Amino acid sequence: MYTELIMIIMGISLILYMILGGADFGAGIIELFIGDKSNSTVSRAMAPVWEANHMWLIIAVVILFNGFPKAYVILSTNLHIPVLLFLIAIIMRGTAFTFRHYDAYHDKSEKVYSTIFRYSSLLAVFFMGITISAFFSGTIPSDTSGTFTEQYIYTWFNWFAVSVGVFLVTISAYIAGIFLLGEVETEEGYNSIRKFIMWIFGLSIISGASIFISSFVSDLQFHKLFLSHPISIAAGVIASLIVPYIHKLIQAKKIWTMRIVVGAQMVLIMIGWFIIQWPNLVVFSDGSMLSMYDASGPVATMKVLFFSLAIGVVVIFPSLYYLFRLFKSEDNLS
Amino acid sequence: MEDLMAARLQMAISLGWHIIFACIGMAMPFFMAFAEWKWMKTKDQVYLDLAKSWSKGVAIFFAVGAVSGTLLSFELGLLWPTFMEHAGPIFGMPFSMEGTAFFVEAIALGVFLYGWDKISPLAHWISGLIVGISGVMSGIFVVAANAWMNSPAGFDFVDGEYINIDPIAAMFNDAWFTQATHMTFAAFASTGFAVAGVHAFMLLRGKKIRFHKEALKIALIFGSIAAFAMPITGDLAAKDVAKRQPAKLAAMEAHYHTSKNAPLIIGGIPNDETQEVDYAIEIPGGLSFLAHGDFDAEVIGLDQIPEDERPPTIVVHFAFQIMVGLGALMMLIGFIYFFMRWRKWDYINNKWWLRLLALATPIGFIALEAGWTVTEVGRQPWIIYKVMRTKDALTAMPGIQYSLLTIVLVYSILTLAVIWLMHRQIKSIHEKYNT
Repeated sequence: MYTELIMIIMGISLILYMILGGADFGAGIIELFIGDKSNSTVSRAMAPVWEANHMWLIIAVVILFNGFPKAYVILSTNLHIPVLLFLIAIIMRGTAFTFRHYDAYHDKSEKVYSTIFRYSSLLAVFFMGITISAFFSGTIPSDTSGTFTEQYIYTWFNWFAVSVGVFLVTISAYIAGIFLLGEVETEEGYNSIRKFIMWIFGLSIISGASIFISSFVSDLQFHKLFLSHPISIAAGVIASLIVPYIHKLIQAKKIWTMRIVVGAQMVLIMIGWFIIQWPNLVVFSDGSMLSMYDASGPVATMKVLFFSLAIGVVVIFPSLYYLFRLFKSEDNLS
Repeated sequence: MEDLMAARLQMAISLGWHIIFACIGMAMPFFMAFAEWKWMKTKDQVYLDLAKSWSKGVAIFFAVGAVSGTLLSFELGLLWPTFMEHAGPIFGMPFSMEGTAFFVEAIALGVFLYGWDKISPLAHWISGLIVGISGVMSGIFVVAANAWMNSPAGFDFVDGEYINIDPIAAMFNDAWFTQATHMTFAAFASTGFAVAGVHAFMLLRGKKIRFHKEALKIALIFGSIAAFAMPITGDLAAKDVAKRQPAKLAAMEAHYHTSKNAPLIIGGIPNDETQEVDYAIEIPGGLSFLAHGDFDAEVIGLDQIPEDERPPTIVVHFAFQIMVGLGALMMLIGFIYFFMRWRKWDYINNKWWLRLLALATPIGFIALEAGWTVTEVGRQPWIIYKVMRTKDALTAMPGIQYSLLTIVLVYSILTLAVIWLMHRQIKSIHEKYNT
């Protein structure tokens, strides 16, 4: 029972990371495309909460190596290269954002920080998507007999993975766009972000289609799994069908309704993904699976881990609520 | 370069770099909260300025520490997957607790930095205190996990299998308390001296403003008190090492031959060929006393350790000497400081005293890195002491030297950037005070 509960907590951490961390990464991506106009909005909106937004990743990875060490080992060996690239991007964007925010002077150096922040935000999400894709694409070999390319390169360097990477980039930019719509102060700013979101809708449809096509063409496992899980199909269909409704909300400037609907949309996408994986963590190239039961640590570990996480939940959520209330309560509701 | 050496270097660089930011993150919030408390009591603007400036330093160091820590949580697996596969379920508990402490630290820091006008002064001060407390807790949890590698507990190792796992016993292993206390005080001592040194340097540069004088006093009080605690916590740690890891103690002291009434060796160059230490000062019976509290106690030498289980003597011995030497120097400076305060001397305007402090800026951190080298290199060739060798934990992925090169490049740039940023922070203070 603890194994399932811990897996659910990890799923929740990933959903929160997707939404909160995604908004944070996406803010950098938006800056990259619509430039300095959004710079001050991003800084002001993100600064008090951005550190906390990235803690979800730490929680998820600790759960992984503590509770499911075999999956953590696959992540860190077969996907060594994209994980390292992801981490370097995380370091670059985190420091660049902090430097930009705290530097005592606002001069030429700000341009350098901004450039690093923007590109590394995009690359971080892209490499994260590429890395995640390997868990359900079926590109990781189930044994270690393969060549260097089979073991360490093809696992993440393929059309499918790149599609997932681009899809995640669009999704993060979209979440950030929806969030920033409520933070901008001018009509002009609102409209430029609104236009950007329209572009992003288009890109996410293309990259989403590319995920399915590449899975078919390369004969991977993803589409087979997806098509055999009706709930995932339903989640995907609903998430797509509410897009026109969100479009209407953006037109009508219903900030909080929009945020909640988009949040629900993300939850649907994530649940759709979790369902095709459950109870498996890794889908191998020969179609065999590493389930959470095979990957999990001994019962004693899972029990202790669960209670440590329970303490964490009791401590973190009220503090986080306090933080968000303190800094997000004056949002423009109109 | 061999993959093993590259992986060890990469781990050493990432950890050695992170440790500085982590320690500043443990100690400096208390300096900042102390300054704010002085401000609340005296309403003296200089303390408020100090609390605000230091909090910006904390924010920068915390953010850089957080991202370099994120790297580490993955790097353990990127470099040592076999270790993590077996150790993860055993020693993971402190990491999951650390996750919570770290989260709270991030939240409290957000409140402190941006909540100046939003909450009451007392609530604001408490948020600063929470930053410090959760920072220290994070440090203790991580060190407890490291202590487990030195003093594995909470499982039975039977025929290559790890059975009867008890994560709570693993967390409260024999070494956790001595290592965690020594590390926590080290964080305060090294940060205290570094902060005091920077402010002393500014005073020497002619920036004779009260801001720097008050800053120097606060930092040095923390640094000196912690420096006095170092030999006490260090002695506890050393006695513990003598009991559990005789090979490490023997390497620290370059003690080649098992003997009773073993001398304490100061300085010297260990020679693995001749098994002698050249040019050393010896204090008869000193090692026996320090290790076991008895001048006639037998101290196990490297001769009793199988050749393939000996740590590299020269590295461990030199690192230990550097740590102890600099630690003693910090105590001496702390003693002079309190003496001068007691005699009410005008030390704050004394050029030689300020020069001494400015020169002492890095010594705490050098001692810290040296002490950490003693712990880690002294455990070699084991990654889990007496259970798993470091070379058996290495990843199967070849070409680690390229990943090492990348990390060196990234961290070199970041180091320069952080120094530059700090320089600009200080410059802005001087412009504010028109000096």
